[in-house]
Amino acid sequence: MPSLLELQEVDARYGPVRALHGVTLTVGEGEIVALLGANGAGKTTTLRAVSGTVRRGGTILFDGKELRGGPEAVARRGVAHVPEGRGTFSELTVWENLRLGAYTRRGSIEADIKESLASFPWLEERRNQQAGTLSGGEQQMLAIARAMMQRPKLLMVDEPSLGLAPLVVAEIFRNLKTYNEQQGLTVLLVEQNARNSLAVSHRAYLLETGRVVLSGESDELAQHEGIRRSYLGY
Amino acid sequence: MAAYSRFIVPALLGGCVIFLIVGSLQSSLFAQQTVSGLANGGIYASLGVALVLIYRATQVINFAQGAIATFTTYVAWQLMTWGLSYWPAFFLTLAIAFVGGTLLELITIRPVERRGNVLTVVIATLGVLILVEGSVGWIWGAEIRFMPPAFPAKGIHVGGVSFSLQDLGTIGISIASVVVLWALFKFTKIGLAMRAAAFRPDAARLVGVRVSWMLSLGWGLAAMLGAVAGMMAAASPSVLLQPNMMDGILIYSFAAAVLGGLESPAGAVVAGLLIGAMLNLLGSYVSWITPQLLLPAAFVLMLVVLLVKPSGLFGRTQVRRV
Repeated sequence: MPSLLELQEVDARYGPVRALHGVTLTVGEGEIVALLGANGAGKTTTLRAVSGTVRRGGTILFDGKELRGGPEAVARRGVAHVPEGRGTFSELTVWENLRLGAYTRRGSIEADIKESLASFPWLEERRNQQAGTLSGGEQQMLAIARAMMQRPKLLMVDEPSLGLAPLVVAEIFRNLKTYNEQQGLTVLLVEQNARNSLAVSHRAYLLETGRVVLSGESDELAQHEGIRRSYLGY
Repeated sequence: MAAYSRFIVPALLGGCVIFLIVGSLQSSLFAQQTVSGLANGGIYASLGVALVLIYRATQVINFAQGAIATFTTYVAWQLMTWGLSYWPAFFLTLAIAFVGGTLLELITIRPVERRGNVLTVVIATLGVLILVEGSVGWIWGAEIRFMPPAFPAKGIHVGGVSFSLQDLGTIGISIASVVVLWALFKFTKIGLAMRAAAFRPDAARLVGVRVSWMLSLGWGLAAMLGAVAGMMAAASPSVLLQPNMMDGILIYSFAAAVLGGLESPAGAVVAGLLIGAMLNLLGSYVSWITPQLLLPAAFVLMLVVLLVKPSGLFGRTQVRRV
């Protein structure tokens, strides 16, 4: 499988604090890859390093070419990042949020808006509602729908289940799976809930204090002694 | 308490409008003073919206806004002195203001904005104020000039009351420029991106919006609005074209922006028109209120709003569910 995203010895720091210590990982085309780890392990920072929202070192290859510049440039290469806390524009309407998702594209987007409204049908009747008035789960789905408007090659999602009811989480994960299977979308997923993310992903990396300590096929990792004890709780 | 509070603002605004309409129907002097007050108010509104645009995007009050308006008004005067007729000079000035405002942001604000400190940017705008004001004096000197009015100095009669065409035109142009701006924000992709960049710069960058370009664009648009305000103001006999012509007007525009809620262009427009009309009526009906007292009155208004209801009339109510 050709790799879409390759991180080689990637460092990142917040001011004087180093958050990543040489992370190396690959995401193949059409794969769902999960990043596991405790709070502060560097999962979110890894996504931020890719999207350029944090100062980074090392090499990041995307689609065979080095990924450089800030988030505006990275978005133009076809990387969509749904950050922690969703990054929806709460003052703007649902439709305007979707419109912004397609900001980097030219030409008509009406068909795509229709399509994304179709995968989240309740969005349709709320297209003129302020995004801030949606429930947490609806905002998360709007954030993902908006990212899909970008027609990304790689979708990075950070903690989509945070603070949401199990049924809503199940729907979100089902949607990610559908995008992956039907459109061949590559997904890099950060998720606190190891059980969910191992169930949806093909492969996973375990991060501890800014380093990759374990990686493998998701179903094998789910059987791994250490992972089971520390992250699955049985 | 909370249940009543959302009716206070509409009630207050409705009361003011009814007061102005009933008064105008009762007395022709009242009607004339209301219209000429609204004309002043249109000028405050344009400059107020310019302040709001920049505040909303950067949380910074642009102290140089008045000086930039003065500069562009001199540009318009210069073009007319060189022989251009009014409207070509008007629109050419708007274009020059847009380019100038954009460049000004690029050269003076962007380098300090990167450091990310609001106070640094405020001080930079003070620097721009001094720079622009200085260049006006240096290029055109301190003498008072005569700026031709956009409209003939005639009156039109409506139901026995004579209104100045200049006043009506000023109201019309101020409102038209704000409406054009509103349409730009509401219906165009670039306008949507500018709003996104103002509300959530970090999230806007993630969808590919070049936020720093949006800020430059915002400065360009603000400078255009300032140019409209300046050209309208300079034609008024009580202001005239002189280097400090916008100083007083900037204070009224601050008051309009604050009363409107600082983040709301619509609020700045409504507040600007109200302030213009009310102050003009105060000045003409209350004998002990001399023109010198009107500027302090605007200050008092600003203080009261900031103390009692900092979100102003149209302040953005935070809608967020977690």
